[in-house]
Amino acid sequence: MRRDIHAERLPRTMNRRSFLRACAIATAIMGLPAEMIPEVARAVENPKKPKVVWLHFQECTGCSESLLRASHPDVATLILDLISLDYHETLMAAAGKQAEENLKKAIEEGNYVLVVEGAIPTKDNGIYCKIGGRTALEILKEAAEKATAIISIGTCASFGGVQSADPNPTGAKGVMDIIKDKPVINVPGCPPNPHNFLATVLYILTFNKIPPTDKYGRPLFAYGRTIHEHCPRRPHFDAGRFAEKYGDEGHKQGWCLFKLGCKGPVTYANCSVIRFNDVGAWPVGIGHPCVGCTEKGVAFFMPIKKKVDVHKVTPPDTYAPISVKQGKAPVTGIALASATLGAIVGGALVASAKLPDKEEGDDHETGR
Amino acid sequence: MKPVDNERRKFLKKVGITTATAVGLSAGAKAREKKEPKETYYGMLYDSTRCVGCKTCMVACKEANNLPPDYDEERLHDAPIDLSANTRTVIKLYKEGDKHAYIKVQCMHCIDPSCVSVCPVGAMKKDPETGVVYVDDSCLGCRYCQMACPFNIPRFEWNSPIPKKISKCDMCWFTNLKEGKQPACCEVCPNEAIIFGKREELLEEAKRRIKENPGRYVPRVYGESEVGGTGVLYLAGVEFEKLGLPKLPMTAPPQVSEGVQHTVYKGFIAPIVLFSTVLALNVRNRKKREKEEKNE
Repeated sequence: MRRDIHAERLPRTMNRRSFLRACAIATAIMGLPAEMIPEVARAVENPKKPKVVWLHFQECTGCSESLLRASHPDVATLILDLISLDYHETLMAAAGKQAEENLKKAIEEGNYVLVVEGAIPTKDNGIYCKIGGRTALEILKEAAEKATAIISIGTCASFGGVQSADPNPTGAKGVMDIIKDKPVINVPGCPPNPHNFLATVLYILTFNKIPPTDKYGRPLFAYGRTIHEHCPRRPHFDAGRFAEKYGDEGHKQGWCLFKLGCKGPVTYANCSVIRFNDVGAWPVGIGHPCVGCTEKGVAFFMPIKKKVDVHKVTPPDTYAPISVKQGKAPVTGIALASATLGAIVGGALVASAKLPDKEEGDDHETGR
Repeated sequence: MKPVDNERRKFLKKVGITTATAVGLSAGAKAREKKEPKETYYGMLYDSTRCVGCKTCMVACKEANNLPPDYDEERLHDAPIDLSANTRTVIKLYKEGDKHAYIKVQCMHCIDPSCVSVCPVGAMKKDPETGVVYVDDSCLGCRYCQMACPFNIPRFEWNSPIPKKISKCDMCWFTNLKEGKQPACCEVCPNEAIIFGKREELLEEAKRRIKENPGRYVPRVYGESEVGGTGVLYLAGVEFEKLGLPKLPMTAPPQVSEGVQHTVYKGFIAPIVLFSTVLALNVRNRKKREKEEKNE
């Protein structure tokens, strides 16, 4: 790779080294070989920036926050320099009427990627979330119509999130449950890993198509395997070493958190591999069980303490002995069985003794 | 009473002749000829000294054949302690002091399989081309093969409320082999402890390993001639009996049993003789009774 290749359009806060590093991480997350890194970098450098409209509904802005305040600021810089962010309620300079004008203009021009953050209330015609006098439902439907693709960032936009938890007073729903005629890519998580969002955006820019997804619309490169499959505590699971209580000996020793309610075995996400904040921290690493925030119907729907069924059961690290001892029937069982048999035989004898002897007459007739 | 005695003599004579015929036929029974493995027969070679006990084969087997787990008490692991209807292969551990060895338990795919010989409905089959022994859907669950197998391999669905068939390793006959792939266990083994190929070539390879690594192996290939030879061959550093591979005769049980059966039933003569004797006796008795009734 020539040194000057990527010098032209580097984001101001990035040097070449950190730029290539971010591209390499994104390429690795997408599951692409290292030869693709220049391709990805080229896509990033393309002067034709894709337009993005970023809508906020029922949410805490945590997804945007985690993106912006990642300890490695380059990721956010990269994303924000990569795209032409036409409308973002938290980040744009415009306010009031001017902001709404921006949105209107962007929608009229069309041909943009729509990023949605937050769930959409649908009960009572969606009156529970209004921006500029219009309901979230109206805004989403209008903005979705002319969008080329939709990315739902965070669990709220993907599946409804905490708002949709029982009893769901506002009828909150995810984007994919409302917009059915457009491709919706879900990047769930509470918050999602910024690298996954970056990789999704770069995938679209590099290949000009949406990445392959699972049945919940999640990119397979980031959500293809369960947390459990790559968990650093997995050997403890296989050996049957579990933390039973917070702060007990097993917990201190870093044993498996399954019995504390870890949802790792049913949660599809790459947290156990890429982790967070560029310092290798993640919930399970610091001793808290996974709550399953990237999974539909797990986080906010299942108590944190509740144990899940292991979806893909594998052998433990113990072994079967060469010869298996046969179990012996318990003495009481044998006694009971014998008694039952005795009763049946006895009963039959008594019953047969009482039967009238019909055969007698027949015998006389044949003269035998 | 003399006429009766006469009858009795005749009767005994007939019975005697029948018995003699049957005995004569049985005595003529010989073990039938040994079945030789064909060049095209598939086989597997398991090298216990190479196995690291990772159990990847067990996981791959279940995945390929869509078999449910054998849960432990807490429903956390798939922890079979032996073969079962859900488990077609299992890695077992032999331990003696600080010495240890793994052994992979699975169907041996005998050259002359007892299970196929005894199956009353022909559900247990040995493919004539590849020599793979498999069960098809016509299995009625009589478990005769279970009794016949010298290695105690076929298992019945005891755990199912509506059991329907026998389960055992079929070298992924209906899955991987159909797709032109290797059996799942051989495909995933990270250390090539179990390999798939033509039986003939594997036998050569096994002998080569023994020759080239003196002291590493028990100098014998288990399955080369046990019960007339098996498709799956074993190499080990520990005596085979200690690993649960029984000491067995070198002739296949069906050689003897089929020899006897096929002689007794040859041309269906014995059954015809037996049943015609019974019929003759019945007819005779009936006539006799009718005569007596008339006389009265």
